[in-house]
Amino acid sequence: MTLKIGVPSKGRLMEKTFDWFGARGVTMARTGSDREYAGAVDGVAGVELVLLSAGEIPRDLAAGRIHLGVTGSDLVRDKLADWQAQVAEIAPLGFGHADLIIAVPTAWIDVDTVDDLDAAAAAFRARHGHRLRIATKYHRLVREFLTAQGVADYQLVDSQGATEGTVKNLTAEAIADITSSGETLRANHLKILSDGLIHASQATLFAARAADWTSDTRATLNTLCAQLGVTASL
Amino acid sequence: MTTRAEIREEADRLFAAFKAAGATAVEADTLLPADTLLDLYGEDIRARAYVTADPLRGEMMLRPDFTVPVVQAHMQGGADPARYCYMGEVYRKQDHLGPRASEYLQVGFELFDRAEPQAADAEVFALFHSLLAPLGARALTGDIGILMAAVNGLTTSPHRRAALLRHIWRPARFRNLLDRFSDRAAPTQARTDMLNRLQSGDTAALIAATGPITGLRTQAEITQRAQTLLDDAQTPPLNAPEAALLYDLLTLQAPARAALSHLRGITPMLPAIEPAVDRFATRLDALERHGINPSDLAFQASHGRSSMEYYDGFVFSFQGPGNGAANAPPIALGGRYDALTAHLGQGRSIPAVGGIIRPGLVAALRGIT
Repeated sequence: MTLKIGVPSKGRLMEKTFDWFGARGVTMARTGSDREYAGAVDGVAGVELVLLSAGEIPRDLAAGRIHLGVTGSDLVRDKLADWQAQVAEIAPLGFGHADLIIAVPTAWIDVDTVDDLDAAAAAFRARHGHRLRIATKYHRLVREFLTAQGVADYQLVDSQGATEGTVKNLTAEAIADITSSGETLRANHLKILSDGLIHASQATLFAARAADWTSDTRATLNTLCAQLGVTASL
Repeated sequence: MTTRAEIREEADRLFAAFKAAGATAVEADTLLPADTLLDLYGEDIRARAYVTADPLRGEMMLRPDFTVPVVQAHMQGGADPARYCYMGEVYRKQDHLGPRASEYLQVGFELFDRAEPQAADAEVFALFHSLLAPLGARALTGDIGILMAAVNGLTTSPHRRAALLRHIWRPARFRNLLDRFSDRAAPTQARTDMLNRLQSGDTAALIAATGPITGLRTQAEITQRAQTLLDDAQTPPLNAPEAALLYDLLTLQAPARAALSHLRGITPMLPAIEPAVDRFATRLDALERHGINPSDLAFQASHGRSSMEYYDGFVFSFQGPGNGAANAPPIALGGRYDALTAHLGQGRSIPAVGGIIRPGLVAALRGIT
C-alpha cells in the first residue's frame, strides 16, 4: 500500500513545495499534460503524489484520505475542530508566510489594541443598535481569539473574498484577514491592531491521524522522514 | 453506562417532582430564531449552538437552552406569580473531544414571582437540593448581585463603573480592567503612545491626517471615544481600600454563613453593598427554614461568572461526588436572571429564578451510589 501525500495543485505554493522536497532529495513533479492533476515522486519508494486544492487538504487529512499533506497552518486551525486531535504537525516549511490579523479603519485614531476594539464595540452597539461587524472567512480562529480576549458586542460576518472592501461597502466595521505585505490594507485605509495578530501562518507538512497506518505505510513514513530530516510523532 | 431508557426514566421522575412542586408543564419549540439568541448571548453562541437556515424564517438555531422560549412564553401572558417546568433535548456543538455531550435531556423549573425574591431563590434551591443531595451531589452557591453592587458603589467615573459592569461575566477582562483602574498594572506602551498622539493636536485634524473616513463609524463617534480616553487618563486610580475590597470579594469563598459575617465586616467600608448583603442574609434565613444549613453550604462570590452569562443575582450548581474531570459539566445549575426578563419583555419585566438538571448525569450518579 502506498503512502499518499497531498500537495497544492498549482501556483507558487506547489512550486515551493516541490522545491522544499527536491532540496531534500525527494523529487516531485506533475506528469501528463499541463491541465492534468497527476504527479509522481522519486527518491523514496511507495509514495504517491496527490494534487489537491490547498483549501481542501485539511478536510482530506481529517478524513484520512491522504496520509500526509502540505497546506497553510491557518487553514488547518480554522477548518478542523480540535485540530491537534486530527492531525500532527510534522514540519513548518518556511514559506507561504501570512499573518491572520485584525484591521480597522486608519481614521479610528482612538483604536490601537484589542482592548480599544472591545470598548469601541460597546459604544458602537449602543449608537447603531447592532453589534460591531467583523468581516472574515476565518470564523473559528477569529472567534476563539476574541473569546479568549474577552471581547463583547461584536459579530462575525462572512466574507470569502475582497474582505478589505467590506468596510468601505458598509457591510462591516472591521476585518480579520490574512496579509503578507499589508499593501491591500493600506490601499483600503485600514490599519492592523498592534496586538491583533491572531496567527502567523506558513506552509506546513501535516500527518493525518485517521489515515490507514499499516506497517507498510509506517515504514514508508519513517524512510521519508529520515530522508527529509524531520520526525513524525503520531 | 446509562441507557437512554434509564435517562428518560430519570427525566420523568424529575419532571414529576417539579410538577408536584406546583409547576405548570410547558412545551418549547426546538427551532428558535437565531437573532434573539445572538442578541442575548453574542457571537459566542454561534460556536455553541447548531445554526440552520429556514427558507422563510431565516437563520434558526437548534434549542441551546429553554430559558429564552420559556421566558418569552411567560412574558406574553403568564400568571403572576407562576411556576413552570419543562423537559426536552438541548443541542450544544462541541469543538473539542471530551466528556461533554452535544445532545442531551434537560429538565427545568422556573419561578416568576415579584413578592419575595429571596424566598423564591430559597424555594428553587431547596427543591433542587431535595432531589440531588440524597444522591451525593455537592452544591455550590454564589451571588453576582453582591459583586455588581460593589462595582456600582466604587468612587470613580461612571465610565469606569460601566466598563467593569459590562465585563462581570468575562473574569479575565474584568481583572485586566480592575488592574488598570487601580494602577496595579502599568498602562501598555501602545496605550501611552496613543494618549500622547491624541494629546498632540486637535482630534478633527488628527483624523483628517489619516485619510478618508471609511465605514459606518462616524467622526463624531471617534472624537467622542478619543475624549473619553483623554478623560479616563485624568481619572485618579480607584482608592486603595475600595480596590482591595473588590479584589477580596473576587476571591471570597467560604461556607455561606461565614461569608455573610465576612461581608458584614466589610460593609462599613463599602456601604453600597449593604442592600445586596441584606438580601443575601434574607436568603440564608429562608434556606434555613427549608432545612438547609447555611453554615454547611459552599459559597463563592465569583461563582457563575464564566459559565452562566445573564445570571445577575443568586446562582447555584451541583457537582457529582469525588473529583471528577476538571471540565466535567455540572449535574444541575441555575440562578436569578431579572435583567433577562426585562430584555426579552420589551419594557416589562418580572423577577425570575430557575434552573436545569441533566437527567443523564443524575442517572449515572444513581448508578454509582
